[in-house]
Amino acid sequence: MISILKRDILLSVRSGTGFSLSLSFFLLMIIFAPLAIGPDDLLLKKIAPGILWLSALLSCLLSIDHIFQSDFEDGSLEALIIAPIPLESTILIKTFAHWVTSGLLVALIAPLIGVLYNFDFNSLLWIFLSLLVGTPGLSMIGVFGASLTIGLKKGGLLLPVLIMPFYTPTLIFGSQTIMRAVDGLEVTSTFLLMAGITALVIALMPFAATKAVKASLK
Amino acid sequence: MSFWKFSNPNNFMTLSEKILPIISVSTILTLTTGLYWGFFLTPEDYQQGNSVKIIFLHVPSALIAINTWFVMLVSSIIWLIRRHHVSALIAKAAAPIGITMTIIAIITGMIWGQQMWGTYWAWDPRLTSFFLLLMFYIGYQTLWSAVEKPDSAAELTSILCVVGTVFAVLSRYAVNFWSQGLHQGASLSLDKEEHIHNAFSNPLYICMAGFILLFLTLVILRTRTEILKRKIFILLDHKGR
Repeated sequence: MISILKRDILLSVRSGTGFSLSLSFFLLMIIFAPLAIGPDDLLLKKIAPGILWLSALLSCLLSIDHIFQSDFEDGSLEALIIAPIPLESTILIKTFAHWVTSGLLVALIAPLIGVLYNFDFNSLLWIFLSLLVGTPGLSMIGVFGASLTIGLKKGGLLLPVLIMPFYTPTLIFGSQTIMRAVDGLEVTSTFLLMAGITALVIALMPFAATKAVKASLK
Repeated sequence: MSFWKFSNPNNFMTLSEKILPIISVSTILTLTTGLYWGFFLTPEDYQQGNSVKIIFLHVPSALIAINTWFVMLVSSIIWLIRRHHVSALIAKAAAPIGITMTIIAIITGMIWGQQMWGTYWAWDPRLTSFFLLLMFYIGYQTLWSAVEKPDSAAELTSILCVVGTVFAVLSRYAVNFWSQGLHQGASLSLDKEEHIHNAFSNPLYICMAGFILLFLTLVILRTRTEILKRKIFILLDHKGR
């Protein structure tokens, strides 16, 4: 398992994209939102939680495509299917590798962005925590979507169109957590709901994804 | 031999050929009665005038929009468990009907909303959930079109439908949490007092029955088409060898 983890991370780092790509996209979204909406500071501070979460969501989603693609193309995916470790574990570890190169980085950088918006420490803490706990769920759901679209050459937006509706609960509860922290309200309810969804997804989706991978490869 | 004998495509085609005329005629009769009664023979609402009559299109289409997803869910589960192709094709056939009904519900709702609330749209839970439902449908339909091999397509779309249902339910609660809505509470329910005056409720029930029959007619028709398409596909495939 560790070897798969190391392999996936190394592959994405060595491909020249990996570590920096999701983060760069996140930062692009962060600057494009104010560009699109106008420099009204009060308004921007109000929508910052939503912008942070949307940017995290998109930077996760748009980097999921390749998860199975390169393995599918060179045949190593079939090798992984018949390998002695269960495919569910393989998928889980691939998800973890993806999260390390996207969601984790976004969660670490987001509080620094929050500083730009003059958020207080409590808000910054909850920005970090909500993204830290929410993005693994996003990665997992994204990997499930990727398992449905392995080898399809329709490319581009097929995966986002399939998967974005699945992001709704995590997005709502995640951004609500940050908004409540900013307003000084209690955050445990929304945070736990979001954490619950992440936990549910990580526990169950590998099984659905396994079925989909096997169906895609038949 | 049980109900499952209709999983045989030929049995299904024979049966559907027999009942299709009956069902389509019933659909036409019920819908015409319901809609004519509702639009022309009911009095004006004292508050909303004639515009409330769009309810005869709005409520039934919304009903079908939601229930089509459940039909797809059950068919998908049957495919996953028993691998009946007819089942997968029923799900495939139902999806565009669901999309259309959702769009009709949204548009008629917008027209009604403009009259009643002065706005075409509001981000309240029920409307937002409906929009989201439309996206689930579109995703499902897109996957069917994107996958080439019919068996893989059936498998992948069934998985998408089942997992999607879980998320649709979760989203419903999340969206409820996200906003406290302005859409009126259920006007038709089994235990609460009815909010709609009786003059409206009878034609409404007839319209709902009409839409259900319409759904059945369309699903049967479309499934038959899908089965025929599949047969042609197989024949062409064999010819090519």
